[in-house]
Formats: sequence, C-alpha cells, structure tokens
Amino acid sequence: MNAVMSTAVPASPLFFEVQIQQHLSSGRGSSFQLDLQFESQQARTVLYGPSGAGKSLTLQAIAGLSRPDQGRIRCRGQVLFDSVRGINLPAAQRRFGYLFQDYALFPHLDVRQNVAFGLRRGWLNPSRRTRDPRVEHWLQLFELDRVAGQRPEQISGGQRQRTALARALVGEPQALLLDEPFSALDPALRGRLREELDALLQRLQIPMLMITHDPEDLAFFGGLALQLRGGQLVGREAQS
Amino acid sequence: MDAAWIALALSLKVAGWATAVNLVLGTAAGYGLARWRRLPGRELLDALLTLPMVLPPTVLGYYLLVLLGRRGPIGQWLDTNLGIQLIFTWQGAVIAAALVSFPLVMKSARAGFEGVDRQLEQAGRVLGLGPWALFFRVSLPLAGRSLLAGLLLAFARALGEFGATLMLAGSIPGQTQTLSIAIYEAVQAGQDETATFLVALTSLTCVAVLLAAGRLMPGRSRP
Repeated sequence: MNAVMSTAVPASPLFFEVQIQQHLSSGRGSSFQLDLQFESQQARTVLYGPSGAGKSLTLQAIAGLSRPDQGRIRCRGQVLFDSVRGINLPAAQRRFGYLFQDYALFPHLDVRQNVAFGLRRGWLNPSRRTRDPRVEHWLQLFELDRVAGQRPEQISGGQRQRTALARALVGEPQALLLDEPFSALDPALRGRLREELDALLQRLQIPMLMITHDPEDLAFFGGLALQLRGGQLVGREAQS
Repeated sequence: MDAAWIALALSLKVAGWATAVNLVLGTAAGYGLARWRRLPGRELLDALLTLPMVLPPTVLGYYLLVLLGRRGPIGQWLDTNLGIQLIFTWQGAVIAAALVSFPLVMKSARAGFEGVDRQLEQAGRVLGLGPWALFFRVSLPLAGRSLLAGLLLAFARALGEFGATLMLAGSIPGQTQTLSIAIYEAVQAGQDETATFLVALTSLTCVAVLLAAGRLMPGRSRP
C-alpha cells in the first residue's frame, strides 16, 4: 500500500501533457483527423465525447498502443512520445494501468493468474499455484479471494471489473487509464462501482485519465473535463 | 509380420518429425499471415503456401528431386559443404511428408491467431510484455486448440503420405519404406495377407488420430 502511494508523488505539476495529430483513412475514402492538445494539472482528467470523437485513439496513443503521426506526449514530466526527437516508448515501458472497456481479461487464466500477469516477466504465465503477497493483497481488498481460482467467464460483471482493476494496479502504475469503465455494466451496478472507484482513487492518490461518453461519469468524477468532438477539443472545464 | 511393425515405426517416426517441423514453420507462417495485414500480396502468399495441399504429390516429389537431388541447387550445396545427401534417406521422407502436410498447420494456425482478440494482446503489452513473451503467454495459448487440431490433421496426412515420399526417398525396407509404401510393395508382390494386415494397421492408426483431432476442433464445447 505504501509503495503504491509513494509512486503517486508527482514529478511534475502536470500529470498529462498531450499534443497529438493523427490522420486515419479507411479504404472507402472517408478519413478522420485527430488534432488535439491539452495539459492536465489535476489528478483526474475525463475525456468526454460521443463515439467516433477520437477518445479511444487518444487513450491508445497515451498508452503506446497506437502511434500518432506527430506530436508529443508526456506524463509527469517523462517524455513518452516525441515525433521530433524520435522518441516512442513501447507500451510495455510506459507503466500505465489500463482498464479496457470490456476488461480484456485473459480467458485462459484464472482470476489470480490474471492479477499476477504483469508481475511476471519471461515467456511463462504465472502458475495457478502462484502466491505473491502483492497479488493476495489486491484479491483480498477487492473481495476476489473466493473466486481467485475461477476463470473470468465464471464470475460476475462487477468481479470482472475488479479483477481488471487489480491487474492494472498491482504493478504500481504511474497513472490509471480508463476506457469507458462502466459501459459494460448494468445501470444498478454502475452507480455502486463508480463509488468504489472514486474511493479507491482517493485512497491511492493515483492520477487517472478516463474516457467516457456517459455524462454521469463526467459529473461524478469531476476534475478536468475535456470535451472532444470530431477529433478536436471543443470544451474544457476544470472542477474542483 | 515384423516388417509391418518396422514400417509402422518408421511411419510414426517420419510423421512425427514432419509434424515437429511444421509446428515451427507452419505456426510461424500462420502467425505472420494473420498479423501482417499490410503485407502486399498476403493472400497470394497464402495461396502459394497452400499449393502443396492441392498439387499432386508426384508433382511435389518431382520438385523436391529437382531441388534436393545431387545435381539440384540445394542438394549440390548440401553435399559439397555439409556432406548431406537427402535422396533415399528417412530424412528425405520427412521433408516430403512435411511439405505435403504444411498447409494444414499453416491454415489452422492462421485461423487460430486471427481469432485472438486484439485487445488481449494490447492488454499484455500494457502489462509490460515484450513481443516474444506476448506470443508465448497470450497469442499461442489462445490459438492453441485450433493449432493442435491442425497439427493432428497434418500428422495423419504425413502418416499416409505416398507419392512425394516414394519419389524422393524411394522404398528401402527399414529406412524409407513407410506403411503406405509397404502396402503398395506387398500388393505388387502378391502378398495379400501382409497387405491386408498393413491396411488394417494403417486404418486403425488414422482413425485414432482423427478421433483425437475431432475432440480438439474449435467449436466443440469443452468440459
């Protein structure tokens, strides 16, 4: 727990500095231009907009899963991408916790192996019998210890989200990237998990960047709200 | 009947090695075709690599003879530089069997890798995995069932290989005379009893392999 907190001390007053341009063209002649710039001094940044606005592309660029044509991405002062200087840190070295929209849990591994996945380097997956104190800590914290031996398909939606969160957090990331974290859940569960995530973020003091199309997420999480439409920023509002 | 068991053992050895070769080459080709979507002529390459499945085995045998024979470009090089001769050896039979069964592994590997959710591979990258670790820990296990089914089919196909093997490796008892070639020889020599026994042996072996492959085919529910 302490180790998680210590990583949260910002090395720079700016959590995210993003300035990217990316041109996408599909085979049918249509094209999409992403061109945006923002800086965030707040620990919570919510990128908001309808589908097709370029939210996912932006998040993927920050995580290192896609490469912008031009621009610069920094997180807490560390350069992750700089087209002029030819820097493009691989996703594996960016140390982000990434929560995928439908969680992207590994179906061939059980809950415990999923959480332990990133702690083990090399060509072998963590064994079913692996017992790492860091993993057990998160399993207990998220009340996953009873389903730790089960496959993702056998557990509930809320447990799946907590498994994905534990997997993202166990490696002590420098920030959490959240891709539509509640859209895969039914409305009743959504409210409860929002509160859980909110409490968790407060406790860990870890910066997060969330993309969402849901106005309720925006209202709930506050922080810096950036509105994205057609690949461009159309609004910026800082809440405390 | 001892000769029959020798032929069976040889067949299993040749088919086993051919399958091992395809485990590496077929998996690599299938993975490449599934992942390099921007490769120009990707489908043409796929078609070319599938040719061994549709070409008559005698045609393949002829190609192999031309390439690997003592006067062939590869055969000559191997002979003068490494002292290796492939014609009329069991290793030659392995090459023939591997070539005809290669497309079965490549096709099922490609289908398997294309079925892997890209988001799972992205998750692996974000969690700190390099390309090789990602392949062995995410892509390969998820494509594994499809690949395994392809390997078993390829093994069965290699077990039954006749034409290309006969042309490249000949029919030397105990060295290159596999089950299917032994059957041909027995019938030619009028040894009906031996032929019947060999045929029954081959059929049983192939049924066993296919049953195993069927259990692994994608789309079946798993316990």
